[in-house]
Amino acid sequence: MAIEVKNIVKMFGAFAALDGVDLKVANGELLALLGPSGSGKTTLLRIIAGLDWPDAGEVSFDGENALARGAGERHVGFVFQHYALFRHMTVFENVAFGLRVQPRAVRKDEAGIRARVKELLDLVQLDWLSNRYPSQLSGGQRQRIALARALAIEPRILLLDEPFGALDAKVRKELRQWLRSLHSEIHVTSIFVTHDQEEALEVANRVVVMDKGRIEQIGTPGEVYDNPATAFVHGFIGESIVLPVEVCNGCVRLGGKALNIAADGAPPGASKLFVRRHDMQVGPAGSGALEGAVRRVRTFGPIQRAEVALSENGGATVIEIDAPRDRELQSGDIVGLQPRRYRIFAAHD
Amino acid sequence: MSAAPGQRSTLPGFGLTMGLTLTWLSVIILIPLAGLFLKTFELSPDQFWGILLSRRTLNALRISFGLAFAAAIVNLVMGMIIVWALVRYRFPGRRIFDAIVDIPFALPTAVAGVALTSLFAQKGWLGAPLAELGIKVAFTPVGIFVAMIFIGIPFVVRTVQPVLMDLDVEIEEAAASLGANRWHTVSKVILPSLTPAMLTGFALAFARAVGEYGSVIFIAGNLPNVSEIAPLLIVIRLSEFRYADATAIAVVMLVASFLIIFAVNRIQRWAQTRIPAH
Amino acid sequence: MSALQSSLSSARDDLRTEPRLIRVVIVAIAVIFLTVFVVLPLVVVFAQAFSKGVGAYFSALSDPEALSAIRLTLCVAAISVTLNLVFGIVAAWAIAKFDFRGKTFLISLIDLPFSVSPVISGLVFVLLFGAQGYWGPWLQSHNVQVLFAVPGIALATIFVTFPFVARALIPLMQEQGTLEEEAAISLGASGLQTFFRVTLPNIKWGVLYGVLLCNARAMGEFGAVSVVSGHIRGETNTMPLLVEILYNEYQFVSSFAIASLLAMLALITLVAKTVLERHLDEGQHPRGD
Repeated sequence: MAIEVKNIVKMFGAFAALDGVDLKVANGELLALLGPSGSGKTTLLRIIAGLDWPDAGEVSFDGENALARGAGERHVGFVFQHYALFRHMTVFENVAFGLRVQPRAVRKDEAGIRARVKELLDLVQLDWLSNRYPSQLSGGQRQRIALARALAIEPRILLLDEPFGALDAKVRKELRQWLRSLHSEIHVTSIFVTHDQEEALEVANRVVVMDKGRIEQIGTPGEVYDNPATAFVHGFIGESIVLPVEVCNGCVRLGGKALNIAADGAPPGASKLFVRRHDMQVGPAGSGALEGAVRRVRTFGPIQRAEVALSENGGATVIEIDAPRDRELQSGDIVGLQPRRYRIFAAHD
Repeated sequence: MSAAPGQRSTLPGFGLTMGLTLTWLSVIILIPLAGLFLKTFELSPDQFWGILLSRRTLNALRISFGLAFAAAIVNLVMGMIIVWALVRYRFPGRRIFDAIVDIPFALPTAVAGVALTSLFAQKGWLGAPLAELGIKVAFTPVGIFVAMIFIGIPFVVRTVQPVLMDLDVEIEEAAASLGANRWHTVSKVILPSLTPAMLTGFALAFARAVGEYGSVIFIAGNLPNVSEIAPLLIVIRLSEFRYADATAIAVVMLVASFLIIFAVNRIQRWAQTRIPAH
Repeated sequence: MSALQSSLSSARDDLRTEPRLIRVVIVAIAVIFLTVFVVLPLVVVFAQAFSKGVGAYFSALSDPEALSAIRLTLCVAAISVTLNLVFGIVAAWAIAKFDFRGKTFLISLIDLPFSVSPVISGLVFVLLFGAQGYWGPWLQSHNVQVLFAVPGIALATIFVTFPFVARALIPLMQEQGTLEEEAAISLGASGLQTFFRVTLPNIKWGVLYGVLLCNARAMGEFGAVSVVSGHIRGETNTMPLLVEILYNEYQFVSSFAIASLLAMLALITLVAKTVLERHLDEGQHPRGD
């Protein structure tokens, strides 16, 4: 089921949660909505689900206007951040709920419901918990049951709101992989919301990076990581070094001093230079566009992370770089730094 | 989830439930109250003040408000003693006494009325020994005072209890470690943090006692100007078909109750600014 | 606890308690006060009721007037509780599950009967339906009896017990939030299905609590009912009113016999209330942790 979202606007009072959002989701895709809190990603998800309504714009499923129907009629499976399991029902009854409330004409008989619930519990590998209550389950188990419950009604779209947000790190990692393999098994168009970029990049087919109610970039995880389209995306995804520079007539200045790097078509004026920590090549003094004194070095396995005070700007700017350990750095060393890969964005907002 | 006009809500049923709520509210509460206010406005200011300032009315109001205030003070003091014993100490039967505190709240007022009268009448279990001492309780203003104390017992206790139970142990220890003796700690550290709850309990007990009818009319003498409470005067005026008089007195009592409730809300809001929520 | 721990904790307590004498005095005052003011009145009710023996007690209760008062009380309570139960649920749904302006004002309006003197609660109905009330003449010309009849008593009782169920449910439903209902809707349930299958089981203890308190007040209400009832023997006397009438006629045994029934109702209500409060506290986790 393909989804198309056109020019969605949603205001909460004077605050624009969504400010003209366009999105196309292909059938069977696993899409991540990634952004900081307040970016509007959950609002967008809820609007697609029918749990919230936009002030303007269109939402269509396979060409049909979805806004004409309420959440119950859109045949969407929604998995809530805090699971929202029915606390007074057993796991079995929770999963069966969507099947039990179907109109009589469509509803399966009891045997049919039982079979389907068992099928789903087997799918999430929690068949043995079927008689327990939500309060007796761990967080990871609850989340899988919530997923099973959403899948029971055979939804055309699966929407997950920060599905692993409330879990601890190890469980999160396990469930991430599990979700990926589940998706490759059942191929339902799925959208999940997360603020954890590692999660988005690891799990999704495509990532939608959002900030302040707008989409900053849509692309595969590789595209978004390697070719960030805006300063926000570059800063949000992966660790970046950000240096305030000035672009003038094809040259780049840091703290008044010209740097030996190409302006790369960036517009003249105040700008920001974005470099990934590990894209800064370290060499002897004078070998690079930047120069600095190493202040502190920490080692992490194959990487050494060094705090370097740049000599441009009188040593006031301190950056962190990641370098391989073939040449051990020491505090006090003077090194030259050359950005191998970098982007320059205009410095506005 | 918003229900602004023109917007749909996630959960259904807002229109229906809101409509039913407002309808029921109007029928049961708003229309009767409107009748009351309508009646009030039928009186000219002269008539209104004439009724209020008549000797009998003034005395009834004086008795109701005055004795209720005094009873609330007693309940404040005794309530604090009771709540301290219940929360801080262990003694046999503590749980039972804790439950007993709720009885004046749960007991039908007429039952309380006849029970207290029987108890404090001249030949009653407590009335007799008191009569020996020359103290007459039943059928005097003292009886009204006693009944008002009875019905106010739960208010201070139940409002202060949760606050006292939640009090930070470390604050007391800090005070003690700084050299405060027990009395200082209690009066300068603990009581001030209980003050909003105490005031709220006091105000609630006061408001309840002012309007109380059933528990009081049996033990009161009901003599006009001497032991006649304002609610009784309202009933008498109604039976005389002097609706206007009854209404005037009722309005005064209503306004007073609202002022008290308003004061209670104010106190609670002020308390929240002083004391950070845990 | 280890010896060290227990000596540490008692040292902690020592800092926080008063000298023994003061403690004893405080407890003594509290106990004596409560005994005199609460226990004794309760005991007196039963003592007086049985003062002429068990036989007299039961014959007082089987008196036709007593039976009719009991019937009327039960009937009025049933009406008020049912109506206010439905209202309470409906109002709590509207208030707890949606956002709108004026919510605090609405809740204050619902709370109104709590802060009004019972006599005034009765007065407002007299002003509407009494012989000289706004609708009095109309009622008379249509031969409809509201005051001095069951409808009036029911109305006054409904008024004073109005807030109980709503007050018990609103904070409970607000605390429970809307998540489960949203989940149910997203799974295709209709509004009614959601309410009966998801909401109601979650609020059942709150409903019972509200109904319990509502019933206790409905059966025990005196002031408001006294004003509207006309005290017509055998017809418009509820139990509390009958207690008053019998007492004023010096029929103490009969009066206290009926009073004892009401006192027992109060005690049962208190016990049930404590039990329900415990359920409400742990209500967020029905089983297991």
